[in-house]
Amino acid sequence: MSEAGAHPHPTPRDYWIIALILGAITGAEVAVTYIDALSSVVAPLLLVMAAAKFVIVVGWYMHLRQDAPIYRRLFLIGILLTPVLFGAVLFTFGVLIGS
Amino acid sequence: MADGATTTLEHAEHGGHHDVTRTRKIAMWVFLGSECLFFGTLISTFLLYRNRTLGGPTAHEIFDIPFTSVSSFILLMSSLTMVLAHHASDRRDWRQARIWLVATALLGMAFLSGQVFEFTEFVHEGLTVTTSPFGSSFYVLTSFHGAHVAVGVMLLLATAFMSFSGKLRTDTANEGMNVELVALYWHFVDIVWIVIFTVVYLLQV
Repeated sequence: MSEAGAHPHPTPRDYWIIALILGAITGAEVAVTYIDALSSVVAPLLLVMAAAKFVIVVGWYMHLRQDAPIYRRLFLIGILLTPVLFGAVLFTFGVLIGS
Repeated sequence: MADGATTTLEHAEHGGHHDVTRTRKIAMWVFLGSECLFFGTLISTFLLYRNRTLGGPTAHEIFDIPFTSVSSFILLMSSLTMVLAHHASDRRDWRQARIWLVATALLGMAFLSGQVFEFTEFVHEGLTVTTSPFGSSFYVLTSFHGAHVAVGVMLLLATAFMSFSGKLRTDTANEGMNVELVALYWHFVDIVWIVIFTVVYLLQV
């Protein structure tokens, strides 16, 4: 069972509201790709919206916000190492080897 | 004296159960952390090769954003049914938990069907795994994600089946824990798709 931390667990009503928010963000993501006026800012907008969805699912649906901090720290190691790996792959093959 | 010993034993068992639960959950989070690196590698490989189409179809030419958006929405809603299954299992309402587990598995299967349809369309339009580095990196990334969804569907159905047979209820060391671990895995598959949908689909069209 989930281990309760500082925050109480959300209720089923909260889960439905979160789902509505996630659905709305997904709709907004698709919409901005079709709006020509936003073409110059579409990439940062999409990345911010994806990050928001990521945080909402991890924090509320995976209960990382409420659970013991050890789980958050373990997951953060993976999350923080990913951009390092990302940069290493892109730098190695994109710049050094020039593939 | 005997009562005291019993109380101590019960306390130790309770503590032991807590440790087992905590250890299994820690193991799952470590696994999910390592999976971030796995998918991070595949996504960076895709970004590296996304423009190398060698005369084959480009992302802009073949991606059907409205269709993939519906698939994404289906997977997103499966996270809702999953968390409702988890909530029901926490309350030991196994009937509700089963309903939501099976609903999640069905949504997962719908997502996989969409992926099979999408791949078939892409092959008909000339993008295969050997067409170009873009095709190879796209299929490897999305297929690995699809394989994770397929494993998740099997875990969901196995968990629902275990609840039918009463195993989730009788095994005190596992009370609700199996549902929680499956839920963590399923939500992870969903967040990986959130990244893939944005980086691989929306940013490339």
